[in-house]
Amino acid sequence: MHVMQSHFDLFGLAPAYALETDALERSYREIQSKVHPDRFAHAGDAERRASLQWTTRVNEAYRTLKDPVQRAKHLLELNGVDVAFETNTAMPQEFLIQQMELREALEAAKDAPALDALRKNLISEKRSMEKAIAEAIDGKRDYAAAAGLVRKLQFLDRLDEEIGAAYEEIE
Amino acid sequence: MALMQISEPGMSPEPHQARLAIGIDLGTTNSLVATVRSGVPAVLPDANGRPLLPSIVRYRPNGSVEVGYAAQARQADDPKNTIVSVKRFMGRGVKDVAHLESAPYDFVDAPGMLQLRTVAGVKSPVEVSSEILRVLRERAELSLQGNISGAVITVPAYFDDAQRQATKDAGRIAGLNVLRLLNEPTAAAIAYGLENASEGIYAVYDLGGGTFDISILKLSKGVFEVVSTSGDSMLGGDDFDQRVFCWIAEQAKLAPLGARDMRLLQVKAREAKEYLTLHGEAAIAAKLSTGEFVDLVLSTETFCGITQTLVHKTLGPVRKALRDAGLTVDEIKGVVMVGGATRMPQVQRAVGEFFRRDPLNNLDPDKVVALGAAMQANVLAGNKPQGEDWLLLDVIPLSLGIETMGGLTEKIIPRNTTIPAGRAQEFTTFKDGQTGMSIHVVQGERELVSDCRSLARFDLKGIPPMVAGAARIRVAFQVDADGLLSVSAKESTSGVEASITVKPSYGLADADVERMLRDSFDHAREDMHARALAEQRVDGQRLIEATQAALAVDEKLLNQGERAAIEHAITNLQSLLSGPDHRKIKQAVEALNRATDEFAARRMDAGIKRALAGRKIGSL
Repeated sequence: MHVMQSHFDLFGLAPAYALETDALERSYREIQSKVHPDRFAHAGDAERRASLQWTTRVNEAYRTLKDPVQRAKHLLELNGVDVAFETNTAMPQEFLIQQMELREALEAAKDAPALDALRKNLISEKRSMEKAIAEAIDGKRDYAAAAGLVRKLQFLDRLDEEIGAAYEEIE
Repeated sequence: MALMQISEPGMSPEPHQARLAIGIDLGTTNSLVATVRSGVPAVLPDANGRPLLPSIVRYRPNGSVEVGYAAQARQADDPKNTIVSVKRFMGRGVKDVAHLESAPYDFVDAPGMLQLRTVAGVKSPVEVSSEILRVLRERAELSLQGNISGAVITVPAYFDDAQRQATKDAGRIAGLNVLRLLNEPTAAAIAYGLENASEGIYAVYDLGGGTFDISILKLSKGVFEVVSTSGDSMLGGDDFDQRVFCWIAEQAKLAPLGARDMRLLQVKAREAKEYLTLHGEAAIAAKLSTGEFVDLVLSTETFCGITQTLVHKTLGPVRKALRDAGLTVDEIKGVVMVGGATRMPQVQRAVGEFFRRDPLNNLDPDKVVALGAAMQANVLAGNKPQGEDWLLLDVIPLSLGIETMGGLTEKIIPRNTTIPAGRAQEFTTFKDGQTGMSIHVVQGERELVSDCRSLARFDLKGIPPMVAGAARIRVAFQVDADGLLSVSAKESTSGVEASITVKPSYGLADADVERMLRDSFDHAREDMHARALAEQRVDGQRLIEATQAALAVDEKLLNQGERAAIEHAITNLQSLLSGPDHRKIKQAVEALNRATDEFAARRMDAGIKRALAGRKIGSL
């Protein structure tokens, strides 16, 4: 693989948090139709290896851009911001209290309707968080603020996973 | 209904240049082989016109093997040597298999995968499966009158890495060039989607003899994209038989049964289940070897009652797949029913109620997977011109990760990731001066390693001694288009590299596969050398043609020296092709492959640049 570039460059997109979903999908499929292993099932090892490497790279780039947290991290890195999410865990107290309350609500939710309600709230909260991130990155270019919001969004994602696990518990 | 045509056995293929490629549905209960002729997919029947091959293998004392109906007819007389539903044992240990006590075999608990002791020796489930595949290969060769260039074999979407590896090994032992392992619901979606020109989001509910899959797919013109998949690789029509079998034993107050009576009643249970699909009640009558008589009537109502929990059990994975896809029932445009077990009216009803719409049944649930596999094989063989083919984007069903401190799982590639996929994670040492690291690869969703499936363990040795936490060990996972995993680990800070690629311990070692391959050729009295030579010649010829075609198009990507090196490798291979030594041909093929590595990478880059350039012009 020779082209080392940002995930946005790979798909011919402008680097922005607000995603042109249609353009991304179109471009992803066009590239896949050129590199996918199904095109090289009868080819030699060299082509099959190149195909596997490229498809892996394209899939990873696509997944990163589709995911609201990963896309933001990628953009922050492109702008030279060290996100350091793993080590920097300081969060505003108000947010942490809200998260604790949500987790208590999750523990209390014992049936599908209760979980449905929790999830519905969570999704709308995620959407507004994404909107705020778009404003911070694309509009104000305030990357420090964006990093804080991304950390919050990551918390919400984790809660979403826990709701998924809770559904499995009750089924 | 073009899809449903079945060709006459022995009919010769069209006289064009297409490669002969087949799709095989290697099922728990029945297996099928299909191909595409003149653009039409068709199941290939046996000499008696029967499309299905019962997935039953009987070993005889003289070492010969019966497969299919012949074996089925003898299963009650010779239960220990007649292996049914072997798919349940693929990639599995003794403790993984449900109802083991009522399976009338002599199991051998081998490391990794269990084995079966038969009159013809101890057999791995991989060998047993390869007997079924071999019969299907021979059927196709006879029917198509030529060598099969490649095969697509289907597997349940929910099969883990060990089960997939075992299936691929079985294909190799059966003498097949396995072009791809294809997920069964995805194969069904291809057949269904192309036949009906469907677009939108569809669910494929696939209840086979031994496995249950649910896949959610986005169908659009030229693209089949799996959004999520879930299932239960230990739930299928067999379990319904088992419930009926238990009901019989209980109702007739039978003492513990011998192997023969057990098999007899299992067959009766299955027959009753099938009869109830179209009738209100089924009579069950049998004379046991003890002299006891069984004479019972099973009503639809009782049958539904005793199997209700099984039907219900399929809906958990359905809900999970929808959640993972971020979709609700209302967003699903249709539900395609696949697998013989979906014929049961209570299954149809439950699925219809869940999705609040009538399930789609317009393709034969027994054949749709094989037909889809044949269509995909035809594409992989390169028989379809670009533009008429399609893009298939599938996912891994279960998360892949490694064990970290405290027996916890660290997920590296999450479930429902589109394949091929690769990801690496860095780890470090725990003690000062630590020079080795033990890496345990697992598959599953649970947090505790003990609740996940162990795929492989390997040690990375030769790490230079450093203080704890200083080493940087990069563990890289790569999942290929078959959904098969390889793992490598590398210590990078010191410039010293140690790396290893593992195959899952549930798969067979390469040496085992070689041995089985040899045994199978001895048994079939085929000349292994002649076969290897023929295969290498085909491979070599193909590679030369592909390379020359690539040179004709993209010669400008190479400088003179590079071009000369490739041409030299072609000439060298060409001169060996007509010779008698398959090893030398293989070496020359490998040399040509190495010589074209850089060229292939550049061509791929150029292809992407062209694709993007085209898009930008198009959108201006």
